[in-house]
Amino acid sequence: MLHEIWILFKKDLIQEFRSKAAINAIFLFSVVTLTAVSYSIGSSAISNNVLAALLWIVIVFSALSAFSHIFLKEEEAQTADTLKLIAQPTPIFLSKLLFNILLLTLLLIVIVPLFIAAFNFEVKNIPLLLLSLFLGDLGLASGGTIVAALIAKASKRGALFSVLSFPILLPVMIVGISAAQMAFTQADSPLFPSEITALFAYDVVLFTAALMLFDFIWND
Amino acid sequence: MKRFFKANKSVLALLGKVFLLIFLSAVIIAAYYYAPLAKGLKEYTRVMYFHVPAAWVTVLAFLISAWYSYLYLKKRDLLMDAYAAAANQLGILYCLVTTVTGAMWAKASWGAYWNWDPRQTSIFILLLIYAAYFSLRSAIENEQDRARLSAVYSLLAFATVPFFIFIIPRIYESLHPDPLINDQAKIKMNIKMLQVFLSSLGGFTVLFLWMFNIKKRIIKLSAYFEEIEEENE
Repeated sequence: MLHEIWILFKKDLIQEFRSKAAINAIFLFSVVTLTAVSYSIGSSAISNNVLAALLWIVIVFSALSAFSHIFLKEEEAQTADTLKLIAQPTPIFLSKLLFNILLLTLLLIVIVPLFIAAFNFEVKNIPLLLLSLFLGDLGLASGGTIVAALIAKASKRGALFSVLSFPILLPVMIVGISAAQMAFTQADSPLFPSEITALFAYDVVLFTAALMLFDFIWND
Repeated sequence: MKRFFKANKSVLALLGKVFLLIFLSAVIIAAYYYAPLAKGLKEYTRVMYFHVPAAWVTVLAFLISAWYSYLYLKKRDLLMDAYAAAANQLGILYCLVTTVTGAMWAKASWGAYWNWDPRQTSIFILLLIYAAYFSLRSAIENEQDRARLSAVYSLLAFATVPFFIFIIPRIYESLHPDPLINDQAKIKMNIKMLQVFLSSLGGFTVLFLWMFNIKKRIIKLSAYFEEIEEENE
């Protein structure tokens, strides 16, 4: 099982290194969003609470722009049937999820320091911010990957991916924003406030539901 | 006895409908004239006799839809998928009633129709999720694919519902008035208020079940007629 996941994951990775389609899209998209946000704020002073919301808007919309690619490319290249022949649904889902997590983690590593530099402020509680971003990363990736699998089977896709995944990912965003607000404003905030517990619980719910339901999407 | 029910089925059904009409009319009148006001709450709090049952029916409808979605994935019967969609349609209707009555109350009590109170956020996200369900349905042409994918989405969405109802309002401070009436899940209502409230809850649930039953019968009939048409061709 683990070996299967690793091989499938490596396959996606090699494919990605050849075309660099997802990486280019997500990085440029996030830089564009960051520019739009940073430019429209300009030099006017805004509170750290607003900054937390802006950071999460940049993260969520960049993630939304990148996740749908992972299953769509199999349908477009007509390799989905081959994939069905060589592997079980669960390893396929887990390898795709792993890829999306890696993609979003890379994005966070670039975009968060850039964001902090662009707005020139100081994070008071760095461990809390990192923990909430990591848990948010897992939640966004699980929800995004299962909806991406759904969308790949639909005939008229359009903006469907954002429409379907946004309400499911909104709790991650809401809780993530308030955790980031804490991290930006209070130096003595606890490492595990109720936001972190809720985020963890939501990740578990989303991951379990996605894993159980993926079989029904994949096998028709 | 069984024979009696069978012979008088239509008469009994009619009696049931007339009873429901009278009962719900009585509930509406009682909500305004019979029930006393809770301490510290004003005249506009009477909206609770309609707002809370609507919210309860919304969740019930989404639960029924999740159940039929599960049945579809198990049995692959398109009828189950149609039932799930019908339950979601009614659920969205009641969800709108809940949102609008809540917003009206918020205007009277808090001074603004909308201010992203956690309760308002959660009901709004519910609306978004189930509106997305219908946009997913309209995007898929193949019947079996549509049924399968929307069943999966319905179940995925329902897994997040408890989070909205139970967790978000407890993390964030809400001004929603259930602490005034319903303190630590012990109902502190006057006996007369409780009578009206429970009758309203029961009456609107029966109204919903009746509406859902009509929808189910329409779906069954149209499936039957389609079958006949296919045979004739």
